[in-house]
Amino acid sequence: MNQLIISGSPHVHGEMSIKSIMWGVVIALIPAWLVSLWYFGIAALFVTLLAILSCVAIEYVIQKYLLHQEPTISDGSAVVTGLLLAFNVPSSLPWWQVIIGSLVAIGIAKMSFGGLGKNIFNPALVARVFLLISFPVSMTTWPRPIESRMAFLNFDGITGPTALGTLKTHLAMGETISQIKLPTYISLFWGEIGGSLGEVSAIALILGGIYLLYRKIITWHIPVSYILTSFLFAGILWWVNPEKYIDPVFHILAGGLLLGAIYMATDMVSSPMTPWGQIVFGIGCGVLTILIRVFGAYPEGVSFAILIMNAFVPLINRAFKPKRFGEVK
Amino acid sequence: MKTFAIGGVHPQENKFSASSPTEVLPIPAKVFIPLSQSLGVPSKPLVKKGDEVKIGQMIAAGEALISSNLHSPVSGKVEKVDDYIDASGYRRPAIFITVEGEEWMPEIDTSPDFIGEITLEGPAIIQKIKEMGIVGMGGATFPTHVKLMIPPGKKAEYLIINGVECEPYLTSDHRLMLEKPAEIITGIRLLMKALGVEKAIIGIENNKPDAIELLSKTAADYPGIEVVPLKVKYPQGGEKQLIAALTGREVPSGKLPIEVGCVVQNVGTAFAVYEAVQKNKPLIERIVTVTGSNISQPSNFLVRIGTPIITLLEKAGWNPEKAGKIINGGPMMGKALFSPEVPLVKGTSGILVLNRDEAYREKTEPCIRCAKCISVCPMGLQPYLLARVSEIGRFDIAENEYILDCIECGSCQYTCPSARPLLDHIRLGKYKVNQIIRSRKN
Ligand code: SF4
Ligand code: SF4
Repeated sequence: MNQLIISGSPHVHGEMSIKSIMWGVVIALIPAWLVSLWYFGIAALFVTLLAILSCVAIEYVIQKYLLHQEPTISDGSAVVTGLLLAFNVPSSLPWWQVIIGSLVAIGIAKMSFGGLGKNIFNPALVARVFLLISFPVSMTTWPRPIESRMAFLNFDGITGPTALGTLKTHLAMGETISQIKLPTYISLFWGEIGGSLGEVSAIALILGGIYLLYRKIITWHIPVSYILTSFLFAGILWWVNPEKYIDPVFHILAGGLLLGAIYMATDMVSSPMTPWGQIVFGIGCGVLTILIRVFGAYPEGVSFAILIMNAFVPLINRAFKPKRFGEVK
Repeated sequence: MKTFAIGGVHPQENKFSASSPTEVLPIPAKVFIPLSQSLGVPSKPLVKKGDEVKIGQMIAAGEALISSNLHSPVSGKVEKVDDYIDASGYRRPAIFITVEGEEWMPEIDTSPDFIGEITLEGPAIIQKIKEMGIVGMGGATFPTHVKLMIPPGKKAEYLIINGVECEPYLTSDHRLMLEKPAEIITGIRLLMKALGVEKAIIGIENNKPDAIELLSKTAADYPGIEVVPLKVKYPQGGEKQLIAALTGREVPSGKLPIEVGCVVQNVGTAFAVYEAVQKNKPLIERIVTVTGSNISQPSNFLVRIGTPIITLLEKAGWNPEKAGKIINGGPMMGKALFSPEVPLVKGTSGILVLNRDEAYREKTEPCIRCAKCISVCPMGLQPYLLARVSEIGRFDIAENEYILDCIECGSCQYTCPSARPLLDHIRLGKYKVNQIIRSRKN
């Protein structure tokens, strides 16, 4: 008999691992990715592959040559960051800006905080906001679906605004909602609209979300409270003045709200850990998103809303504890 | 179907030995009886080297309040009272007996007859249980008679019987329920009488439909005894979880089940009580499951206390070359043994032998704050936080975050996708917090 192994209980381990979670997220993002390939063609393919490759390569280089650690790229977390970064930028973004985005996401937002599990802010969103501020033109130039399919590097004449962008500009020009020509719900639902690479198709994002729930990678708390709050808040505004404020369904389907609520706000590392904390977090995201969209300078507020709420997570974690068994009140 | 509300996991059940009837294991040539077999103070030896003992003769007395009597499981000669190396590698005192013949104490009823009629009164029943050295058979080994003495000012309303067997692999309680239903029900009636309660609820998980059916049928004549099927969920066998599942009551933090009018006993204990009271038979043998990937014939054995565990492993066909870990108990809460040369004790419900390839832990990764540990904790704690503060020595935070509520069920560590050794740190934290609290009172 060999030496026996001695360790404390439990002696068995469940099936879930970091790898299975990360690859689960990748699988959940595939439907939305396929839709974006369909509408935005080769440029979308190029941007996603480049973002993923550069994120993984940057993480590898930092771990191996800067920190002299064992690289952990096989855990899939850099792949997820790269994929989500690509989902949050236009398919026409120049290649070097994509790489800068990866550098910010992995280098600044993830590794300088201490690597996986230690970052406060969602890396892909930090990169997105960084790019938006640094390269406002290329980050707000949106290739039109289908027309831009075969375009690569040159997108002259085949770009247009996003649904939210159209809304904001025309409202600023003094038009009322009924005068503005906006995409139909059907095209918002399927994704035949301009926008960030992965945010366009509501149906594909929802499908992936159901998969994440089924695999127990996320829980309902953040997406539901986020979407419901946005809906209610936008609904109240719409009820007050439907000519000035667009209806709540539009708010949910347009822009990055679904992508944000299902995939970005639910990022485990940067979201609260208890059910009530998650609900509060989702409500905060929803309120901020609509506030920024309706009253702010930018047409879209999802990234800012989530990043602001990320900063509150340590506080939320302290304030909202799980319900204990046999709590003495 | 009923179950407890907060947390819980569902590990692979792996009940390989569920359909193997209990086999009587031959008496070994030598036994050694550790003096510490129940929670509390070790028993005091009553025999010395060279003494002749009979089966069922008392050989050590539990003199302290929380302590229990020990009886010889064999007849023969006391070889020595000396230290042995226990399951963790420590030296502990034990009584070593060399077996000679098979002579029972005359007052023990060794006939196979079933005795259903109860003649003793409550206090006499408790006295008998104490004399016969009955302890909790589910693994915690708390002396049963102590649990039956209700503190002044409290009242027992329900006797809760644990037939859950929520640990994966283990089947000893399952087999017992199938093979001795009438005895178990009589034991429950004895316990009800001892406690003065009108109602007993037997909780059984619904992965044992045969046991549910059989016990329901057997209990049908006694309106006070109810069998309740439970949804399979670990750790449903935990006292607080079982009470919550069956009665909806929550034992307050830091309190005992009697606070909500409940006393919990295991089915194995009910059987031992039957034998003690009706047949005058002390606790000298028990059913043990021997199972795991390393075992060629997963089995259930009726074994005398003090039998070396290696005897059981050999009988069930283990493979010493491939064995990586020998566990006393189930995979979730059992204790890894230092060597198979230790004796079987009253609290051993199973021996699980895992092959080397599945005995290692997975590689630990950084905490990704996924909160899975929180969502599975049946006590509603924050395991990642408790582990972290224990690791860095912040026991003040650990105490304020209710680390002492942790029942060490292991659900958090089982679930953690980063395979973090959460319970290792939490155990250390509990130990330290207890130490700090004790020193505070002085
Ligand atoms: S071992 Fe303790 S902290 Fe972990 S799940 Fe069980 S009760 Fe909760
Ligand atoms: S389950 Fe593990 S990785 Fe997840 S929060 Fe708890 S300790 Fe961290």
